Amino acid sequence: MTNMSESVEGVKEDGVHRKKSEKVKKKTGIGWMKSIRRNWELYVLLTPVILYFLVFHYFPLYGLQIAFKDFIANKGIWGSPWVGMKHFERFFDSYYFWRLILNTIGIGVFTLVVSFPVPIILALMLNEVKSLRYKKFVQTVIYAPHFLSTVVVVGMLLLFLKTDGLVNQVIKIFGGTPIDFITEPAFFKSLYVFSDVWQTMGWSSIIYIAALAAVDPSQHEAAMIDGASRFQRILHINIPAIMPTIVILFILNAGSVMAVGFEKVYLMQNDLNMSTSDVISTFVYRSGILEAQYSFSAAVGLFNSLINFFLLIMVNQIAKKVNETSLW
Amino acid sequence: MRESKTDRTFNIFNFVFLTIVALLVIYPLVFVLSASFSNPQYVVSGEMWLWPKDITLDAYEKVFKNKDIINGFVNTLKYTVFGTILNVIMTILAAYPLSRRDLKGRGLIMAFIVFTIFFSGGLIPTYLLIHDLGMLNTFWVMVIPNAVAVWNIIIMRTFFQAIPHELEESAKIDGCGNFRILWSIVLPLSFPVIAVMVLFYSVGHWNSYFQALIYLQDQDKFPLQLILRQILIQGQTDDMIKATSESFLAQQLSVEGLKYAVLIVANLPMLMLYPFLQRYFVKGVMIGSLKG
Repeated sequence: MTNMSESVEGVKEDGVHRKKSEKVKKKTGIGWMKSIRRNWELYVLLTPVILYFLVFHYFPLYGLQIAFKDFIANKGIWGSPWVGMKHFERFFDSYYFWRLILNTIGIGVFTLVVSFPVPIILALMLNEVKSLRYKKFVQTVIYAPHFLSTVVVVGMLLLFLKTDGLVNQVIKIFGGTPIDFITEPAFFKSLYVFSDVWQTMGWSSIIYIAALAAVDPSQHEAAMIDGASRFQRILHINIPAIMPTIVILFILNAGSVMAVGFEKVYLMQNDLNMSTSDVISTFVYRSGILEAQYSFSAAVGLFNSLINFFLLIMVNQIAKKVNETSLW
Repeated sequence: MRESKTDRTFNIFNFVFLTIVALLVIYPLVFVLSASFSNPQYVVSGEMWLWPKDITLDAYEKVFKNKDIINGFVNTLKYTVFGTILNVIMTILAAYPLSRRDLKGRGLIMAFIVFTIFFSGGLIPTYLLIHDLGMLNTFWVMVIPNAVAVWNIIIMRTFFQAIPHELEESAKIDGCGNFRILWSIVLPLSFPVIAVMVLFYSVGHWNSYFQALIYLQDQDKFPLQLILRQILIQGQTDDMIKATSESFLAQQLSVEGLKYAVLIVANLPMLMLYPFLQRYFVKGVMIGSLKG
C-alpha cells in the first residue's frame, strides 16, 4: 500500500515537474529535444571538433595531476602514487629557481616595454603619409619579416652577428674589436627583443592602422579650422581613437609577460649564455622531454600556467577599473 | 589649406623616419639574397655588402644536391598540404554550427572551446598523451594535434555570421537541410575567408619546427625547418661537404655560401606567394579584429 501511494505521489510530482519545465521551455523558445531534432546535422558537424578538443586539450588537463604524483609509466596517470607538493617544493628550493623566474620576467617585461609601443608609433606615423604609393611601399616592406620562420630569423641573426659576420666587419672598419654577441650573456635579452621588434613591428601595426582608418575625417577638419597642428591632432584625435584597441592589446600582452615562448629562446640558447637565456619553458623542455622527469617538469609547467592565468585576470581587472575597457 | 611650418617639418621628419625603418627591415633580407648569389669569399671578407659580387650559383647547386634538404622540403610540403586541408575542414565544421543563432548550447560549446586558449595542460601532459596514442615519430603527429586553432574558428565564425540570415531561411523553406545550406549556400559565399584560412594555416605549417622537434626522431621524417636548424644553428654541415675534394678553407667558404642559399630556398614559396599572402593576411587580421 505504502509503496503504491508513494509511486502515485511520484507520478504526481513528475507531472508537476513536467508542467514547470514546459513553462520554462516556452520562455526560452526551443527546447533541447526540438533543437536537436531540427538541427541534428549541426551537432553532427560539431562532433569531430568537440572530440578533438576533449582529447587534445582537455585530456592533458586531466593529465596535469601527475604534477602532484610520481609518474610511473606502467602504472599510468591514474595509478601513479600521490606525493602532494613535493615537485613544487623541489622547484622552489632549487638554485635555478630565481634565475629562471628573473630571466622569464626580464625577457617578458623587456619585450612588453619595447615591442608594444613601436607598432603604435609606426601606425600613427604611417597614417600621416599622404602619398598612397609610398605608404603601400613601406607597408609591404615592414610586413615581410612576419612570414619568416623563427629558425630563419635566428639563423640570420647568427650569420650577421658571428665574429666574422657583417656587424663585426662594420665594427672592425671603425677600429673596434669584434664582439662575440652570440655567446655573451649580457647581449642575449637585447638580441632577443630587438630581433623581435624587427620581425613583428610591421605586422602588429596593422590592427592600429585599421583602427585609425575608422577615425571620422570631419574631426580633423574641425581641428584644422581651429588651428591645430598635425602633432596636436595626433595627440588629441588619433591617439584617443585607438585607445580601446591599445588597452585590449595591452591586457593580452601584459597578461602573457611570464609566457615567454619556447621556440626562439631555445634556438638562441647555447651553453655559454644560459645564465641569461634559460627561461621556464626551455627548462620544462629540458627536464621533461630530454631528461624524462615528467612529474617534476609538469609541476613547473603548471606553476607557470597558473601565474599566466592570474596575471591575465589581474591586468584585466586593473584595466577595467582604470579605463573601463576590458576583455570580459 | 596651406601647411604651417611645423607641419612641413613634421612631414619631412615622418618621411625620413619611415624610410629608415623600411631600410632597416629590408637590408638584412637583400643582404641574404645577394650573399646567396655571391662568391662566398667576398661575403666573408666584407667586400660584398649590398649587390652580389662575382655571381655564382655554386651554393644553390650544393643545396639542390643535398639529400637532407630536398627530403626536408618534400616532408614539409606533405605536412603543409595534408595539415592545411584538415585544418580548414575542422575550422568550417566548428565555425558554421557556432555561427547559427538557433543552435541550442552554442554559448556553452563556444566557452568549451575558448577556455583552451586561457588554460592548457602544457607540454608534458600533451607529450604523454601523444606517446600513449602511439603517435610519436609518425606522420600523424605533424597533422592531428594541431587540427584546428581557436582563433581561426572565431575569425571564420565572425565571417559566417555576417552572411545575410535570409539566404539560409529561404533555403530552409525550399526544403534544404543544414548540410545542403552549408555546402551550396554558405561555402560558395565564403571564398575570401577560406583563402585567409588556407594561408594562415599553411604558413604556420611551413614555418613550424616545435612539433617536429618534440615528436619526431627519424631524420628522414624531419621537416625543412629542422634541417635548417641543423645547418644554420647547430652548424652540422660536415657531411655536406666532406665528399668534395676542396681544401679545408674552400670547404669553410662553401658552407658559408650554402647557408645563405638555403635561407632563400626555405623561403621561396613565401617569397612567391607574398603578394597574395599580404593581401589575404591583412584581410584576416581585419575580420578577426572586428570582434576581437
